[in-house]
Amino acid sequence: MARELPYIGAINESLRQEMARDRRVLYFGQNIATTEADPFLAEFGPDRVRTTPISETAEIGMAVGAALAGYRPVVELYMAEFMLVAMDQVVNEAPRLRYMTGGQVTVPLVLKAGYGFTAGWAGQHTGSIYGMFLGVPGLKVALPATPADAKGLLATAVRDDNPVCFFHHYLLTLEPGDVPEGEYLVPFGQAAVRRAGGDVTIVATGWMVGKALAAAERLAAEGVEAEVIDPRTIAPLDTGTILESVAKTGRLVLVDQATRHGSAAAVIAAEVAEGGFGSLRAPIRQVTALDATIPYSQPMEDYVLPDEDKIVTAVREVLGLTAAEPVGG
Amino acid sequence: MAGNEGTAGLDAGRLIWIYTQMVRIREFEERVKATFTEHPGVIRGHTHLADGAEASIVGSLAALEPRDQLMATYRCHGYPLALGTPATVMMAEIYGRKTGLCGGYGGSMHLTDPGRGFLGTSGIVGQGIPQATGVAYAAQIRGEGQVVACFFGDGASKQGAFHESLNIASLWTLPIVYVLENNGYNVVTRAEQEDANAAAGEPLAVKAVAYSMPGATVDGGDPVAVYREVAAAVSRARAGEGPTLVESRIYRLSAHGNIIAPPGVPLHFPEHEAVEVFGAPEEYEAAKRGDPVPRMRGTLVSNGTLSPDEAGQIADAARAEMADAVEFALRSPFPDPEAATDFVYA
Repeated sequence: MARELPYIGAINESLRQEMARDRRVLYFGQNIATTEADPFLAEFGPDRVRTTPISETAEIGMAVGAALAGYRPVVELYMAEFMLVAMDQVVNEAPRLRYMTGGQVTVPLVLKAGYGFTAGWAGQHTGSIYGMFLGVPGLKVALPATPADAKGLLATAVRDDNPVCFFHHYLLTLEPGDVPEGEYLVPFGQAAVRRAGGDVTIVATGWMVGKALAAAERLAAEGVEAEVIDPRTIAPLDTGTILESVAKTGRLVLVDQATRHGSAAAVIAAEVAEGGFGSLRAPIRQVTALDATIPYSQPMEDYVLPDEDKIVTAVREVLGLTAAEPVGG
Repeated sequence: MAGNEGTAGLDAGRLIWIYTQMVRIREFEERVKATFTEHPGVIRGHTHLADGAEASIVGSLAALEPRDQLMATYRCHGYPLALGTPATVMMAEIYGRKTGLCGGYGGSMHLTDPGRGFLGTSGIVGQGIPQATGVAYAAQIRGEGQVVACFFGDGASKQGAFHESLNIASLWTLPIVYVLENNGYNVVTRAEQEDANAAAGEPLAVKAVAYSMPGATVDGGDPVAVYREVAAAVSRARAGEGPTLVESRIYRLSAHGNIIAPPGVPLHFPEHEAVEVFGAPEEYEAAKRGDPVPRMRGTLVSNGTLSPDEAGQIADAARAEMADAVEFALRSPFPDPEAATDFVYA
């Protein structure tokens, strides 16, 4: 049975269910559980739920240690950028320890962080920085776009034996959607086809999935049927589903809130250029954020971000419906 | 025991065990170092030796129980040897062989033996400290009385990871002992050039004051003194009284590591930084005169714990054991190249 929950409600439900299911799951981070009224603290107690100092290196490093010792920590990081303070633990410790020890240890942990808060937070709290983690062997990266996926991907992240970056999109926080009750898992590395269509493939992540679907509806009114694919995890990346779609449509538009050269789109474009070149009937188009820090003022913020109009324009271009504009970057 | 203020409750068997492990570590490190000249090219990358730290390592480990856990740094050969990891598979790892402790994936800097409580190392200075602190958090939750030992150097105590970790460990009363092995040098930088406490003439253990935990400084060349201090810290931790910072003053008898050179230049160990960089051979010679291995031998022989013959047998056994380890490693096969993609993900 499904019922409607907001994205954030689905995340909290998933974490609560996983903590109830497995006593090894820990939850700690800054500014959580500071009073006994905290629902996680009330249900799971102070051993498993703790507030930490503002010490990201220690928080993530301690999660690595607790994971080495058999626990399954979930670190509440609030904002993806805060992970940058502790980049060594995220990139150079957690994902490498299993490998460097020849498989003698595992490091199951979840780094839970929001991203993409493009609502006037200026340059340091708004990035879509998952590209920094996408190429790190040993690390997995989930980007849920719906409340149901938020629940299912977080549960899968908690049960995964590897370090996982679970990046939830801040602008989706209150977005409602049908969410299955009870245990619900969404497998990693399995893209979701959000809309079927035969004329063009649009791949979009996170907040951009909704923009891509809205663009697809506008295009449908023009007689263009777009297939919209949400990879859901970018590491592992389901290139198979994307290549199958491109084999059918021959056209690919990639929509990504990350900067053009730090995006998942760039990686997908390379995979399709190598594995699906024969299917392509037009150059791949990337609709990404511009290579700029996110500005504070709204007109500039809007300018650097992908939006529905930019997606529609790109689709028309790959279909030869309008003249192509110069490609940025 | 002259100069050791007694034996801290250690019986003759335990003292001989301590000395034996010290000799084994020294001999292992001598074989590693000699490999650079006897078998050039066999050891790749950067290797860091524990000679000079034997008393500190073994005195610390003697204070632990088998169920306890530890993490250390890239200068990691001594701990697993004393814990019982076979020297053969350790040498094979350093030689990059399939039979190595980590299958050739880690090399000298990443020796790990979780079955013996050694959960691993970080090659990045200070970054193992929060990890060990997390292991202690796990021990606290598990509630079975395990204690964690966290080994790192003086340089690491300048990292944010050190300060963040000690703050949380004290705040959460975690069962951990931080062993700061102060060898006086961060690579080629002397402690007083980078540490405000050292520059002020204070011991590095004063850093404990900032985190409201006990701090102590001990002669790291005396394994009994190290044992006494670490054992007291372990007792406190096991009793739920929280962490301790133990500064163990040692002198590394080799350079920081072998030279860093591009391929084509044979690797070797340069002179110690006191000689090579600071032009202070008298400092290095004084350290050599205080070498903890002959010092412990002298103590045990003079107080009758060990006869000269027995000491000779310990040395002979270590030489034979480590020669075997070299032979084992040399005749071991390399890993299959395609194994390089194993263990990326669990």
